[in-house]
Parts: sequence; structure tokens; C-alpha cells
Amino acid sequence: MSSVQEVFAARPGTLNRPRRWSWRRRPRGSELAWAVAFAVPYAWVFVAFVVYPVAYGLWMARDPALYRELLTNPLYARAVVNTALFVGLGVNVKMFLALLLSGFFMRRRWWIKALLPVYMLPWALPAIPAFVSFHWMLIGEQGLVDTFLSTVLGIPGPHWFGDRRLALGANIVAYIWKWMPFWTLTFFAARTAIPQEIYEAAEVDGASGIRRFTHVVLPLLGNLYLVCTLLSTLWTIGDFTTVSLVSEGAPAYSTDVLATLGFQYAFEAAQPSLGVAAVLSALPVLIPLAIVLMRAVQTREVQL
Amino acid sequence: MSLARAAGVSARRPRARLRRAVVEIASVVLVVALLIWSLAPVYNMLLIALDPDDGDIEFEGNLWPPEPSLHSFGTVVSQGYWLVESFWRQLGNSFFIGLMTMILTVLIGSLASFAAGRMRLTRGGFLASAPLLTYAVPASFLVIPFSRLMVSYGLANSLWAIVAANVTFATPYAILILRQYARLIPIELDEAARIDGASAVQMYRLLYLPLMAPALAAVGTFALLLAWNEYVYQYVLLSSTRNMTVAVAIAQFFNTDEAPWNYMMAIALIYSIPPIVIFYALRRYMAAGLTRGALRG
Repeated sequence: MSSVQEVFAARPGTLNRPRRWSWRRRPRGSELAWAVAFAVPYAWVFVAFVVYPVAYGLWMARDPALYRELLTNPLYARAVVNTALFVGLGVNVKMFLALLLSGFFMRRRWWIKALLPVYMLPWALPAIPAFVSFHWMLIGEQGLVDTFLSTVLGIPGPHWFGDRRLALGANIVAYIWKWMPFWTLTFFAARTAIPQEIYEAAEVDGASGIRRFTHVVLPLLGNLYLVCTLLSTLWTIGDFTTVSLVSEGAPAYSTDVLATLGFQYAFEAAQPSLGVAAVLSALPVLIPLAIVLMRAVQTREVQL
Repeated sequence: MSLARAAGVSARRPRARLRRAVVEIASVVLVVALLIWSLAPVYNMLLIALDPDDGDIEFEGNLWPPEPSLHSFGTVVSQGYWLVESFWRQLGNSFFIGLMTMILTVLIGSLASFAAGRMRLTRGGFLASAPLLTYAVPASFLVIPFSRLMVSYGLANSLWAIVAANVTFATPYAILILRQYARLIPIELDEAARIDGASAVQMYRLLYLPLMAPALAAVGTFALLLAWNEYVYQYVLLSSTRNMTVAVAIAQFFNTDEAPWNYMMAIALIYSIPPIVIFYALRRYMAAGLTRGALRG
């Protein structure tokens, strides 16, 4: 188990609490100077590679006409819907399954323990070859999935990338395949940090199975689940790799998300400003999410 | 009374046994399903990579390789085809980016989390969570302005540009994790060190870094996997064959009329090995180095 998980797993009451800061002793001159010096490398990264590019991007996409052009473009509207579907379904299904599977991996059977390293493989496997492999598994009659369907089950497989819903579903499944292990491990560690006594007490009170899940696990992991879901949502809204490699936007650009659409505008249609405008139009959703995430992280700190 | 209870127990027992059997069978089914789920895309890669043909590959709809051959792996390793002629150099580039991302993320992240968490700053909590604002603008959204800025920073077509982008997007998560993990280290340790006259640098180097080792390993693994998974920045920012990474080289296969997909999948499988090895190696180390238990009580 990694310490990422250990950290997320830290729950109130499970560790000895560091005492609150003694506020009487603020950093003095030289120590304050050191604190600033230690923070400078990151501050420099933040300004040079976050603030400046964002400001530059906003400046590139400053013309209101760009947004009017986007709003009248049916491809853009569809990309917004696709992004919402991809993120909404992908993230939530993934997180919920990860939460359930983390409970499954808690079972004390050697063959379940032995499965865990294999199950983690998709996370360690680089995204590019994995998604290319997904694309070819579904490429049509010659793909592995359709071959399996026709030779073993005797049913003709569908033309996955010829139908918008199937292609969108393929993107979501590939995305879940790739990222579910990471979050499963996170929740798995969080569950191992729940003291055994709490489970036993729940057992004595007659809570087992589903009731143990709703009355013990969910309340304890609630805030962690929220933080992880928010982080994952923010990361997924900008996901370019999955869609660009699995469905490649097929059929006829109908499964493009904002990231792939912006990329096309910028590099294939040579309209970089329009591309930046397309992706930055998601900011009104992203910034509130990031602020909620910051808040949720800080509440966790209070709880600890 | 006791008789009635005994009767109740024995009546319940077969049902409990049945339930346990059902749960056990369901577990086995789930394990098999998860095995297939996790390994199917890897199997598909292997299926294509084992094709013995030179150049053009046609998908014939096989469930297993009709005549498996390691020919494609040999071609890639010996760089015997024009698309793979710089394979080792490109793998070296990927390693450089991955390791630099790892080192810089751990270094910058640990310094910032130390400043925010252990230096008694009034707004430490805010300082540690503010980097999360980076994620308000996802990485791929910034690639267009980023690629233009890199030209003005003099980093166009440079591996350092990729490292910079990776570090930018790995560090906020690293700071979050390190800051949370640091709460497991009692602040009394710092106070004691301070009373003994330790400077901030000594406290960071001799106290903070060793005690944070498991979290640093976890964050390093995260950064490495992020770099190895990253594709869009490498694709946009690296154009020359010599500076290309394996990820971009794989994408190059789509830009030609030939279809040596077995070579491509052989590259992909070889490219998959380093992060898997490092992930499992560090995973063991992290489990061994956990200080959580030692600090309790």
C-alpha cells in the first residue's frame, strides 16, 4: 500500500493528533526568510507555468466574436454535451465502482490479495498504447471483441465507432479501465485505516452488509470521496488522450470533447484563438469546482 | 428457552452456510471478471505484437496468434525499421523526462509543503491548498498558450519544456499529499529540534525528508506515472526525431501509409515495462517505510 493512500486514509481518531500550533511563537526574521525561500521554487513554477500561460490564453481568446462563433457552431454544442456525458458518467461510475471494489479487496482470501497487483496493471500501463489497444479491440469485425462475440457467442458484433452512443460508451469504458485502479487503491487504504473495532461494534449492533456500508463506511469516507471525485472531475474535464485515441472523435467528430475539439481548431484548422476560446469556455464550471475542492481539503485539515 | 434458541441456531445455520457459499462463488466470478477486464487490452497488444509479418499487418480476426513470433520485438530492439530507427534514443528521452519530473516534483513539492506545514506560517493551510487552483485549468487546455510560451522561454523542441509541464501539473497533488502526511509527524519533534538549535535547512534535511520518505516515494511514483502517461504536450512540443519520446513515436505510426502495427505494439509493450517495474518496486518500499505505526502513541 502506498502512502498516498495512507494519507488519504488518515481519519479522525485513527491517529494521534498533532497538537494545534502554538500561535504565541510566530516565525522570527531568519525563519520567515527560510519559509519564503522554501516556497519560492513552487511559486516560480506557479507563476511561470500556470499564471502566465493562463493569462496568455485569456489574452489570445479575448475577442467576444470567438465565443459568438462557438455558440453558433453545432460541433461545439455537441462537444459540450459529450464532455458533460464523458465526465459525468465516467467519473461517477468509476468512483462508485472503486469504492465498492475497495471493499471487495478487503476480503481475506489469498486469491483476492493476489488479484490486486494484476488489477493495478492498467494504472501502471502507459495511456497511449493502452488506448490504442482499446481502439483496435473495437475496430470492427476484425477487432478482438467482435471476433470473440462472433466465434464464441455466435452473434455479430456491432460497428462500435459507427454509432455515436457506442463510441461514447467505448471512450467511457476505456477511461474507467485506465483510472479505476488508482482510486480503488486510495479507498482501499482508507478502509484499512478504519479501526477494526468500529467494524466489530457495528457487527454487534447488527449492522452488516449493506447497512455496514451505509452507516459505517460512507460516513467515514464521505469527505474523502468528495475530495477524490472533485479532483478526478477536474482532471477528466481536460482529458484529451482517451477520446483522441479510443474513438478518435468518430463517427464524424460526433464524440469529440472540448479538449479534442480545441486541439483540432488550433492545430488542424489553424485557428489557435478559437481553440483556446473553446477550452477556456469551460472555466465558469472549472473555477467553482476548484474552489469547492480547496474548501473540502481545508475542512479535512480541520477534522484531522 | 435455551432449547428454543438452539433450535433457532440450527435452523439458521444451513441458511448461513448457503449464504457463505453464494458469497464465495460470487467472489470467484468477480475475480475472474476482473482478471479478464484488466488483462484483455494487454492481451490484445500481445496478439498484434506476435504477428510474424514484415510491414503491412492485416487484422484477420484471431482470438490467439496463429503463428506467434518474436520477430517484431527483435526488429524494434535492433532498430531495424525506419520508424523505429531511433528507438533507444527515444526511450532514453522518455526516461529523462520521467526521472526529471519525478525528482523535481519531489524536491519542489517537499520544499513547498515544508514551508506551508512546518514553518508556523499563519496561512499555511491556504498556502498548501492554493496550488490546487492549477487544476481549474486542465493540462490539455493550456497546451496551446504553453507551446507558444515555450518558444519565448527558449524551450521549443526541448525535453525541459515537457518536464516543466509535467512538474506544473504533478506538484499541486504532491503538495496536497505531503501536507496531509506531514500531519502524522508530531510537531513536538520540530520544537525539540529547534530548541537544540537546528536551523530550518537542517530540520528539512535531517528530520522532514527522512520521516516523509514513504509519502515522497508515493508522490514520486505518481509524478513518474503522470510523465509516462502524458501524451499531448510531447506530441505538440517535440517535433524532431531525435528529441521525440516513445509516446510520440508510437503516434507517428498513424501518419504513414504502411501499417507495421506489430512493431508499434512491440514498442508499446516494451514502453510499458519500466513504469510497471518501478511501480511495483516502490510499492514494496513504500509499504516497508511507513512510519505511521511507529509514530502512534
